[in-house]
Amino acid sequence: MANKRIDEATQTETVGHEWDGIEELNTPLPRWWLWSFYGCIAFAIGYMIVYPAIPMVHKATEGTLGWSSRGQLAEEMKAADAERSEVRAKIAAVDIVKLPEQPDLMAQAVAGGAAAFKVNCVQCHGSGAAGSQTLGYPNLNDDDWLWGGDIKTIEYTITHGIRQANDDDLRQSAMPPFAGVFDPQQLDALATHVLSLSGKAKPNAQGAQIYADNCVVCHGDKGQGDRTVGAPRLADAIWLYGGTKADIEKQILNPRMGQMPHWGGRLDPVTIKMLAAYVYSLGGGEKIAQTTTPEPVKQDDGQPQQ
Amino acid sequence: MSMISTHKKIERNVTVLAGLAFITVTIGGIVEIAPLFWIDNTIEKVDGMRPYTPLEQAGRDIYVREGCYVCHSQMIRPFRDEQERYGHYSLAAESMYDHPFQWGSKRTGPDLARVGGRYSDAWHVQHLTNPEAVVPDSVMPKYGFLADTDLHVADMKANLTALNRVGVPYTKADIEKADTDLMAQADPNADAGDLEKRYPKAQIRDFDGNPDRVTEMDALIAYLQVLGTLVDVNAPAAQEELAKEKGR
Repeated sequence: MANKRIDEATQTETVGHEWDGIEELNTPLPRWWLWSFYGCIAFAIGYMIVYPAIPMVHKATEGTLGWSSRGQLAEEMKAADAERSEVRAKIAAVDIVKLPEQPDLMAQAVAGGAAAFKVNCVQCHGSGAAGSQTLGYPNLNDDDWLWGGDIKTIEYTITHGIRQANDDDLRQSAMPPFAGVFDPQQLDALATHVLSLSGKAKPNAQGAQIYADNCVVCHGDKGQGDRTVGAPRLADAIWLYGGTKADIEKQILNPRMGQMPHWGGRLDPVTIKMLAAYVYSLGGGEKIAQTTTPEPVKQDDGQPQQ
Repeated sequence: MSMISTHKKIERNVTVLAGLAFITVTIGGIVEIAPLFWIDNTIEKVDGMRPYTPLEQAGRDIYVREGCYVCHSQMIRPFRDEQERYGHYSLAAESMYDHPFQWGSKRTGPDLARVGGRYSDAWHVQHLTNPEAVVPDSVMPKYGFLADTDLHVADMKANLTALNRVGVPYTKADIEKADTDLMAQADPNADAGDLEKRYPKAQIRDFDGNPDRVTEMDALIAYLQVLGTLVDVNAPAAQEELAKEKGR
């Protein structure tokens, strides 16, 4: 303490410490630094009053602004929604069946659907919606549909999903495994018959008989498939799990059946509508009249005709 | 004695310095941490949260063992960009039965807090076996060996008991039946008993596409498929309540 003195060379006071003749200058803090420091303290006090800060018995103080991070997010989402609300309201108002008839609105729905597709669908269907045959995800660009390709049916499929639990209205069906049912020769005949439906092999009577006994109920006598149960059309060149004889035999023995999550709870109805419009627009969209089932005709017994 | 000379004494006595530094840090800790234990809104009160089923818990252990948390977070922050991509922001309540939590601080891969139900089980198998098959740009390692490894948990009852001791509300029945529950959830042929009643929204099925064995793949996918699905955060009432809440 006693050694406080003015250093001659710098004209600055020393702090008074001295170890073996080494002393320390007590250079004052720059004024700008000191005032910034005081300013920060003042700001912190204001900040604690305005924003949530001090924990009390049940909760922290709310702050005079009433700000919360979640409230701010809700406002931002609301503002973002408001920017889109005009288009979304128009899309929401129009019956999805009529949507393709309004080119301007359809274009906007397709654009919105494309964005949503990139976030939610590309992981399986691919960024170009081309699917994958090795992995068993359907190509959405072609005109071959498992469950139907008109815009309303697509919307239903997206909303409720396929064979994935947690939705009461999901699309459900199962092909039974035929492992152990046929001997190798029968299996070969059946697979050959399936190939013959699309002209890739010669028809054979044995295969046709096995097919008639086991497969026609879902896949149809000419292999036309059945969209009510998602049974694929076998009489074309489009194959979900591969179109070689080996692929077909594998599928007969232990069928793979695709699953799709239901998006009803996860995405809002307008987004799903836009997604349906996008998928519909990819190239294979069908006119509604092509696929709607005819109105049930009343029979004499009053039961709807099957 | 002036303040400077008092301070000089502290500076020159390391025990006193350490003691006083400890007291100072303790005060800071009490001010910042302690209130979280008594204020009401640290953990939201929500409907639907339940402890993990034994299979999900075993899957979680595999998730931790394989270090998934190094690249994947489980914490959707309340920002618009995150909400648009991953879904509703995470609630503290949704990880209240995680010991330890998997919030993470780095996303090489996407956030997984709401991955449950987003993909099919088959997709998860394909993706874990060869991530590049479904996500061409992925840098994720391959985890196909999980499908070849039978699920082996040394003592599931002990695991649940330990979790119970740190506050996860497993009931006596849950702990008693831990070993049967573990296997029954992934075996479509087994009798799951009242598993679904004790663990609402439990998904009981074969997850890895091989019904004959219960593998580590089954457990991991069961865990992934339940993430973020238990609390109905998107219900309009829940939304409104969360947005109104102040002091957070």
